[in-house]
Amino acid sequence: MITLSDVSKCFNRGLPSQFTAVDQVSLRIDAGGITVLKGPSGSGKTTLLSLIGCMARPTSGRILLEGVSPPFPCPGENGLDISSLPERFLTEIRRRTFGFIFQQFNLIKGIGVLENIMLPAYPLGEPHAKLRARAIVLLERLRLERHAGSRLDWLSGGELQRVAIARALINDPAVIIADEPTAHLDSRLSLEFMEILSGLAGSGRTVLIASHDPIVYDAPSAARVIEMRDGRITAAQ
Amino acid sequence: MQPSLERHAHLIDFAISSLLRRKGKNLSLLAVYVLIVFVIASLILFVQALRREASLVLTGAPEIVVQRMVAGRHDLIPVSYGADIVSIRGVSEVVPRFWGYYYDPVFGANYTLMVPDQSPPAEGTIVIGPGVARNQRVKSGDLLTFRGASLQPLLLTVGQILPQQSELVATDLITLSAADFQAMFRLPPGTATDLAVKVANPREVATVAAKIAERFPDTRPITRSEILATYDALFDWRSGMMVVILGTAVLCFIICAWDKATGLSAEERREIGILKSIGWETTDVLLLKFWEGTVISLTAFLAGLSLAYAHVFFFSAGLFQHALKGWAVIYPDFRLTPSLDPYQLGILFFLSVVPFVAATIVPSWLAATTDPDSAMRS
Amino acid sequence: MAHIRPSRWYMLVTGAALGFVVAAGFHASLNKDADQMDLLYRADLVRRHRLTDLSLFTEARYTRHPAMADLHSAFQDHPMALEHFPSGSFISPPALLKRNHATKP
Repeated sequence: MITLSDVSKCFNRGLPSQFTAVDQVSLRIDAGGITVLKGPSGSGKTTLLSLIGCMARPTSGRILLEGVSPPFPCPGENGLDISSLPERFLTEIRRRTFGFIFQQFNLIKGIGVLENIMLPAYPLGEPHAKLRARAIVLLERLRLERHAGSRLDWLSGGELQRVAIARALINDPAVIIADEPTAHLDSRLSLEFMEILSGLAGSGRTVLIASHDPIVYDAPSAARVIEMRDGRITAAQ
Repeated sequence: MQPSLERHAHLIDFAISSLLRRKGKNLSLLAVYVLIVFVIASLILFVQALRREASLVLTGAPEIVVQRMVAGRHDLIPVSYGADIVSIRGVSEVVPRFWGYYYDPVFGANYTLMVPDQSPPAEGTIVIGPGVARNQRVKSGDLLTFRGASLQPLLLTVGQILPQQSELVATDLITLSAADFQAMFRLPPGTATDLAVKVANPREVATVAAKIAERFPDTRPITRSEILATYDALFDWRSGMMVVILGTAVLCFIICAWDKATGLSAEERREIGILKSIGWETTDVLLLKFWEGTVISLTAFLAGLSLAYAHVFFFSAGLFQHALKGWAVIYPDFRLTPSLDPYQLGILFFLSVVPFVAATIVPSWLAATTDPDSAMRS
Repeated sequence: MAHIRPSRWYMLVTGAALGFVVAAGFHASLNKDADQMDLLYRADLVRRHRLTDLSLFTEARYTRHPAMADLHSAFQDHPMALEHFPSGSFISPPALLKRNHATKP
């Protein structure tokens, strides 16, 4: 599904403050199942996720996506090399292939729950009625239907997390990327979150989580745990 | 709906929800905006209609009026000048005009008194403009008292009141017979107020005026085109004055808009980051900002313009009576001929809508070109 | 469906406002004939009486008889008042200046 070969990411290149967040990482992530990137903060997990999620380009190395059919002509038979695509194409792939769940939830305050969920789909120009119906199905699946008309500010932490999941799912992505998703949740909600994600993984989606929370990496559904430190992979099971 | 249209509809949806989050602030912004457009549009419509009126109505005015000047002041002109002027090539007719001002100390108003050379009122009767009738509260058949030249009160009967349509040219006009005019002002024999000169060919007007000024150094010929130019300048000046005032208001408004936009709050920056991280392109974000600006400014433009049209042409610019029309004892109560000039509207549009939309988009540009992963690291 | 999208509202409101403006344009051209009659009447009055100016605001020379007045005249904004340009076009002169010494008829 996703293949990384010798991927590095350097920040502030040429400046005294230069540092390498991801250092020569080679990795293969198969479709389906949960993969956890485990490691202390500053180990390069988040940067690696943003590289895979087409948010940033690697300084060197190649990232290949397989099973993605981009809406533009591309060379190469064994997958799509995303490490050298222009920003417009990256965005195009990102919003059709990946769903993101952030540490801070990153929801837009002041507007409705339903609208927050539909936001990633807005630039795609899908008919409103269809999009809305899809968003309502997601709400029901995540037991949020009674909040459809609510403002975001009235929701509890667990509900906000579920809204963030629903938003990540609105474009029906093949890959879910979650960065420290349980950092602001108590244990009960963290367990519930992992349960939802394992459900998603069970339905064929690839789930990538960066976390240093034992509830996440010790979860029985975490099929694969990759340990990172100082931008390198130190262990993989 | 096509996907590209649907995309715009989605963005408008979100732009409106975003604006409604700061409901009080944005509604008051909209209100101020409507008010500014309303004032400017009222001004443009009013001045434009008045200029149009002047150029249309005054087509029948004399081509040249010759006034005599003594020591820089207006003086009575000898009627005998006319015989000489009519001999100038191109002049078809010279008619002495007998007119003057009369200040009524009781009603505090100034009237324009005139003896028409064609079918003047019979001796003892007058025809008055609608403004005079309002000012004196008289109707046809009533008697009006004037102060005569020999301190004898002069009683004249109102024979007719000019109809409402005449307001704009004759509201303060009183026409009377030559005998009554003499009884009131006692002009020296053989003199008139000024001479109206008819020139058949409009291209000869300037030449004729020059010849008159040359032949009679003590006269001042005034051409119709000069009068029309004076009206243009007058309303330019007046509108110029207003534009200075309103320009300040608009500038304040732009400063507010600029401040709002450049001081892109941390919250808004964060939101742009979020949008980028969930898969929006830079162009999507800019388009969203474009719609945010357009929703406010286009609505304000259309609402302000509609209100201004109603205000100027249905309510005779009542709110700005004093600012736009000046003060007066006798107010002409006229209804302007409605007209919408696309050129003027275009200028108003570009002055009111474009700067605001630009001030909304430009600052977001920088925020929108940040890397999408910035939201992840915050 | 009870839910109406904000963009629909916006289109509706903008459409209505645009309609107003278009209607104003129609209104302007609709009344042209009646207005034309009034205009013709005024133009005819001007021709017959050999008038030279609009009688806009009778108390200021630059509105009532802008071109007719003396070049150096002193008594202009009000028949009895000293000219107080430019505020004379907006504000009536103070009472002291409006006093007159003429005998009443």
